[in-house]
Amino acid sequence: MSTLDAPAKERARLEERTLRTDRWRQYPIFIVVVFTAWVAYATVRAMMGQYYWVDEYHYLTPFYSPCVSVECVPGSAHFGEFLPKLPFFIPFAAISLPFLLLFRLTCYYYRKAYYRGFWASPSACAVREPHKKYTGERRFPLVGQNLHRYFWLAAALISLINTYDAVLAFHGKDGGFGIGLGSLILVTNAVLLWGYTLSCHSCRHIVGGRLKNFSKHPIRYWMWGQVSKLNERHGQFALITLGSLVVADLYVALVSGGAISDLRIYN
Amino acid sequence: MTEIERHSYDVVVIGAGGAGLRAAIEARLQGKKTAIISKSLFGKAHTVMAEGGAAAAMGNVNPNDNWQVHFRDTMRGGKFLNNWRMAELHAKEAPDRVWELEHWGALFDRTKDGKISQRNFGGHEYPRLAHVGDRTGLELIRTAQQKIVALQQEDHRDHGDYDARLKVWAETTVTRLLLDGDRISGVFAYVRETGKFVVFEAPAVVLATGGIGKAFKVTSNSWEYTGDGHALALLAGATLLNMEFVQFHPTGMVWPPSVKGILVTESVRGDRGILKNSDGKRFMFDYIPEVFKAQYATTEEEGDRWYDDPDNNRRPPELLPRDEVARAINSEVKANRGSPHGGVFLTVVDRMPGGAEEIKRRLPAMHHQFKELADVDITKEPMEVGPTCHYVMGGVEVDPDTGAALVPGLFAAGECSGGMHGSNRLGGNSLTDLLVFGRRAGLGAAEYVDALADRPAVSAEEVEAASAEALEPFDRTGGENPYTVHQELQQTMNDLVGIIRKEGELEQALQSLDKLRARVANVAVEGGRGYHPGWHLALDLRNMLLVSECIAKAALERQESRGGHTRDDHPAMSADWRKVNLVCRLVGDPADPRVELKRQPLEPMREDLITLFENDELKKYLTEEELPVSAAAEEKA
Amino acid sequence: MSYEAKFRVWRGDAGEGELTDYTVEVNEGEVVLDIIHRLQATQAPDLAVRWNCKAGKCGSCSAEINGMPRLLCMTRMSTFSPDETITVTPVRTFPVIRDLVTDVSFNYEKARQIPSFDPGDTKPGEFRMMQQDVERSQEFRKCIECFLCNNVCHVIRDHEENKESFAGPRFLMRISELEMHPADAADRRKIAQEDHGLGFCNITKCCTEVCPEHIKITDNALIPMKERVAGQKYDPLVWLGSKLGIVKKGQDTPSA
Repeated sequence: MSTLDAPAKERARLEERTLRTDRWRQYPIFIVVVFTAWVAYATVRAMMGQYYWVDEYHYLTPFYSPCVSVECVPGSAHFGEFLPKLPFFIPFAAISLPFLLLFRLTCYYYRKAYYRGFWASPSACAVREPHKKYTGERRFPLVGQNLHRYFWLAAALISLINTYDAVLAFHGKDGGFGIGLGSLILVTNAVLLWGYTLSCHSCRHIVGGRLKNFSKHPIRYWMWGQVSKLNERHGQFALITLGSLVVADLYVALVSGGAISDLRIYN
Repeated sequence: MTEIERHSYDVVVIGAGGAGLRAAIEARLQGKKTAIISKSLFGKAHTVMAEGGAAAAMGNVNPNDNWQVHFRDTMRGGKFLNNWRMAELHAKEAPDRVWELEHWGALFDRTKDGKISQRNFGGHEYPRLAHVGDRTGLELIRTAQQKIVALQQEDHRDHGDYDARLKVWAETTVTRLLLDGDRISGVFAYVRETGKFVVFEAPAVVLATGGIGKAFKVTSNSWEYTGDGHALALLAGATLLNMEFVQFHPTGMVWPPSVKGILVTESVRGDRGILKNSDGKRFMFDYIPEVFKAQYATTEEEGDRWYDDPDNNRRPPELLPRDEVARAINSEVKANRGSPHGGVFLTVVDRMPGGAEEIKRRLPAMHHQFKELADVDITKEPMEVGPTCHYVMGGVEVDPDTGAALVPGLFAAGECSGGMHGSNRLGGNSLTDLLVFGRRAGLGAAEYVDALADRPAVSAEEVEAASAEALEPFDRTGGENPYTVHQELQQTMNDLVGIIRKEGELEQALQSLDKLRARVANVAVEGGRGYHPGWHLALDLRNMLLVSECIAKAALERQESRGGHTRDDHPAMSADWRKVNLVCRLVGDPADPRVELKRQPLEPMREDLITLFENDELKKYLTEEELPVSAAAEEKA
Repeated sequence: MSYEAKFRVWRGDAGEGELTDYTVEVNEGEVVLDIIHRLQATQAPDLAVRWNCKAGKCGSCSAEINGMPRLLCMTRMSTFSPDETITVTPVRTFPVIRDLVTDVSFNYEKARQIPSFDPGDTKPGEFRMMQQDVERSQEFRKCIECFLCNNVCHVIRDHEENKESFAGPRFLMRISELEMHPADAADRRKIAQEDHGLGFCNITKCCTEVCPEHIKITDNALIPMKERVAGQKYDPLVWLGSKLGIVKKGQDTPSA
């Protein structure tokens, strides 16, 4: 830059918070509504302690998977019942739900969504944020976002369990193989969960992104390429799986509570 | 008058495009305290518009390539009017300059074995253009910019100041070169942001200001291309070489107005694109000149077969040389068979076997360019194209090895220097031209400074005169709007000194320019000096007018058609005219100088270089006396 | 097809200024920069605007149109309805020089602090790099330095005080580019976090939204860089490993 003294340098004074004329509020409002509703639903369901298992067809809702409490109804605990009787607010899937929550809380997409929606930091691009100070993700607790990779690992393990649950759900009335709408819903949910888990930015880093030279690691390069493709839709997976989890859980709850009966396709 | 700030440097480089940055890097590497003066921000130079690539005979794709082949291609492209020494240096040094960029961090596209990939381009015998997709110019600028930052970081480590030995003066415009006797002593400039004046004391100045396109109405060039270096050199007593050679690209966008002139790459036509007029007729078949009749298809069927089977068919006439296509488009528009916005139609719709998908795959940049800028989907609609002023081959006359102009201490490189490209530039040669001769000019300037016994001094009178000249537009009352005068200059050049030139029109142009001279001297602006675009244009007008006069005079003088100079009244190329360089200088009252044009003989090519060509080929260009002895003998026999 | 459009353009210097109303002719196919030029040529000859190539390749004409950071030359008038008032203001994050021209020297200062490409011992002409290895950095080198990403980033847009410790998306991406450069020998992870403020980024993706080159700044540059930093600095296993001497730590390159 030239150094000849220029007039006092200041930003153009514009008082408006933003001059945007489009519907920039739509996204943050959408996020707040959807997330609040989802958290409310999930909290109620996780604490309900019933309607999570359909014994006839071996349907287990993901919200109670793996069910590891001594209180789990017979048949629903596939991995043992090692948690003692606990107060109502501790869910039966106490070993998985916290990690799933942390996986989503530290997820790069969700971070964008809730920083925009709940924290207004910023609500939308080129819209002034209301905070006096901003320190980003450099201090406790937000520095913990850097642990995302470990929560991803946990989430990947839990996705395996969800997949196992979905396979078990192909259970017929006579005890053999069977297909119902419920089994399809659980499979779809598991597939979408894999989509969300594998498209994770940390996953992309771990499978290959961290390498400097792809050419020396052709298999990891291929995997990185596949994950990168999924990663472009990470945000979509993040939102869709919120929906698919609710659908899966609600369906199991309704069938389990007897409000509806499962639509059977085979046996 | 307020005190004018002065800064002292060893070398001042005017222009921050590829040539300027490369020159500055070299001067700084030679230990010289260097300033770069740029009209724009650092890194915004017009070099970013270069798409195709940088031609260098590295032989990465075809090992048969070497500097001799590249040299031959360059001379052929320039129709043997090139300064052969420059063409030789260019061909020899281009690979090193490209590798050097890579060493500074550039990331070119790669071959399978990890070397720099090279692509085919018009006029180059082998795949030769190092490239990064279609944004090679940007890569070159960014790399040079980052090398400068790296050097500044070194200086920061050693001296605690990034700018200690290499400083970029962004958004600063030079209006005069200052002289001590006949030697360069510095430059006079204003800082655009504040309008304040600044004097750079420097014994050596490198001009790297690029082209002159803004003298024409339709151009692919940006606003900076006002011929500043050309004009500054003239005003300091240097000479301009062969200014009549201006390259018009046949296919520039004609619509929307904001992008009129922007290039539509030649590969559209190479990839089955065809030209049609408003009657839907593929008109190029009517414009195949007699000399090309043998090589070009005469029916659409044959032309279309060529793309898949070039060995058994003749090529379609859309692929005639640039000047032929430009001329044909011109004629169609003049005959009222043009497109709605004054061009013709260029279409690839339904031309590719793979349909829309193939168009997007083969022409991604064009698809994007038309989609974003014109809202035209080239897979569904035709493009509208017309000729656009693209590049000036002429420029400051320099010593090939050092870039030194006739004025001691003055150097020039890149588009603003002349000779390298002869009468027509090959695609891809410009980027390596910048690097090869940018470096040489920086080196030349450093050596010149080293050899100086005493440093020239900047005189107060000269500074005062330059300052008064720059402020004149504010002092005039009731003068003309600079925008109006500029538009008229552009219209004049476009209409009368455009692609196709005629004696009568050129004479008319010179008369118009004469009248414009008085009007340029009478433009007025109002307001403050800080970032005042009207004032800036008022000052640039002087430069555009000077180069316009040179172009028009040289175009009138040269009675032949060659490369970028097409005379309707002298359509043939003449071996006698090949021996002649046309040189412009300023004469008369220094306060109101006139352009004078002289013929100057071309230096004959060195023996070992001339033998690189077959005699049959030489006969097409050289007079009989010029041919090597053996060839002349053969001729007689 | 032409009509009279209502424009509001910020006029002023040194911070002081106001939105000035203009009514100006608009023709088919024009972009906002054309209209600004028409204002210059007909109504406001001293209206300052920075521009160069007019084709979205140089990144000079950054400004804000109806509040959104954009290139003036790449915003077609056809995206607005004829009765809409179009507001054009200078970019907000940098000090204004005059009218639509701002002082972007912040960016050039930051650029200087990032250690340059380090070729190690490789000599010119000896590089062998594979296409798949250069592609990631090539995407970032498409950057035209319009600085719209740095302008839109709330870290400095809304908090002037962060400018000292935050290089902005453009230069964090530059660090990424060098870190992913197959032939670069330096390690800039530490300074990315400590000197250039990668930790400020809360990945709200506005940089990606405004990028005229459609570079996926957040997904492909910033997040991978955050992951690399996490791997070096925040990963408990790596920390444990280095304490036990299993993981060897390389040399960190200091800021320039």
